[in-house]
Amino acid sequence: MDQILEILEGLHPEVDFETCRTLIDDKIIDSFDIVTLISDLSEEFDISIPVEEIVPENFNSAKAIHTLIERLLEDE
Amino acid sequence: MMQNNVLEYLENIVDKVPDKIAYADENNGATFKDVFDKSRAIGTFLSKQGYNKEPVVVFMGKHPDAIITFYGVIYSGCYYVPIDEEMPRHRIELIFQSLKPRAVICDADTINTIEKFDYKGNVYQYDDVIKTVVDESILADIRYRQIDTDPIYIVFTSGSTGIPKGVVACHRSVIDYIENLSDVLKINEDTVFGNQTPLYVDACLKELYPTLKYGATTYIIPKSLFMFPLKLVEFLNDKKINTVCWVVSALTMISAFGTFEKALPEYLRTVAFGSEVFPIKQFKLWKKNLPDARFINLYGPTECTGMSCYYEVNRDFELDEAIPIGRPFKNTDIILLDDEDKQPKPGENGEICIRGTGLTLGYYKNFEKTNEVFVQNPLNTSYPELIYRTGDLGRYNEHGELIFVSRKDNQIKHMGHRIELGEIEVVANMQPEIKSACCIFDELKKKIILYYVGDITKAEVASFLKQKLPRYMVPNMIEKLDNMPLTSNGKINRVLLKESYNRK
Repeated sequence: MDQILEILEGLHPEVDFETCRTLIDDKIIDSFDIVTLISDLSEEFDISIPVEEIVPENFNSAKAIHTLIERLLEDE
Repeated sequence: MMQNNVLEYLENIVDKVPDKIAYADENNGATFKDVFDKSRAIGTFLSKQGYNKEPVVVFMGKHPDAIITFYGVIYSGCYYVPIDEEMPRHRIELIFQSLKPRAVICDADTINTIEKFDYKGNVYQYDDVIKTVVDESILADIRYRQIDTDPIYIVFTSGSTGIPKGVVACHRSVIDYIENLSDVLKINEDTVFGNQTPLYVDACLKELYPTLKYGATTYIIPKSLFMFPLKLVEFLNDKKINTVCWVVSALTMISAFGTFEKALPEYLRTVAFGSEVFPIKQFKLWKKNLPDARFINLYGPTECTGMSCYYEVNRDFELDEAIPIGRPFKNTDIILLDDEDKQPKPGENGEICIRGTGLTLGYYKNFEKTNEVFVQNPLNTSYPELIYRTGDLGRYNEHGELIFVSRKDNQIKHMGHRIELGEIEVVANMQPEIKSACCIFDELKKKIILYYVGDITKAEVASFLKQKLPRYMVPNMIEKLDNMPLTSNGKINRVLLKESYNRK
């Protein structure tokens, strides 16, 4: 979780990612960030995020991203 | 008779396909008849209010009504200035200071935003304005007096001094561009465009005007889809989109995430791209998955209306090669000039300079900046002839195709937007705690990095910049330094900053 927060804070240092649940809905993360975010996550956790997982539900909060990463790590 | 007004495109098509959808977003569509009737109502309204040959700001969301308003402003004999609804207040106020507009047209959402601005002129709401009864004689009179070198729009582009520059374009250059671009892209009445680029930059001319000329259809793709590739492809297929003119980063977003393994944009047959270098690895994925589509690289500055050169990909490229920008459109000429304003030897670099009807009129209320880049052709000593100096370096390859080499200055292309790093630095330096600021650009990872010295946290710097700069100009990474490295002349040492960045 800390690694995820660190990556997110690198993108937007002024956002409180621990509490925010509307990263996509409120356009905090937008198309400018998503490519960087996915490549940073893939590198950090050495996983590949399949395209069908790149949907709003999986990126709306740090927790949602965490759940996604956990699930992908288990599947490996 | 020779066409001398862009509105003739609309007038020629409306009787042929009145009920066909011209522009649509995910919710609403406007037919050619709607576009015709409503834009003429807007033109009548503005003229009756006494506006003539002056800028009218269009401050609306990204939907068909905004496009209709553009044409309405032209009907009134004025020129439209599209402003991004999401642009920060600081930047909008800078633009207003340069324009001093007497009229702004808003939609039901943006009208609440503008009330908070320091703007004393008139504000009109689209829904009210379109109720105006069209007055044929007023519109006919305006048309009779309009000439093809009258402006139709102003779009603002990044300025290195921190003040955006307004590029003014006229009927003549837009018609010249649309005719030649449509030929290259092979647009016809069956074309279905999927628009990605914002309405407040010249890039959207590629969809807006050919749609009128041929009675084609343009779908405005919701911005949010450019984060979610499968949903994006679904939208393209659902709307049977066959032509896209997108920035490279929008295309690579699809290919890099492995989208093609799950879904293909089945109707796409023309893929035009530009503004940035297309990484060949990603390009090959597109080519492999859409073997029958045409891929066309476009190149051109806002100052020459839209695009000036094109290259249709017709061979394979090595991973370290760049796709050429090719050759100029018909009725446009490219000349390369070296440091002594002479033509370089074949294969050598020179500044790309553009000659032709496509040149815009220059920068609004800024003769000084205009005269720096719209200059007498140094190769012509016999009569007045303007060229536009792009500041881009180019050369011809062994096939005689033009190649973009680099910029001569600190201008970058990021997510399709043209950005002066200097403008970001000027804004950062406006923060009272920041003592020194410098931006560099990581070409490979496409990241803007801001270095600063000052007693302030990164988070505070980020939120300050977000209030002042458009989203695409906000640095992707902010780093605090104890001291800014300087050159022997006392200037900030960009080279050193870049070197230490690359070592990390």
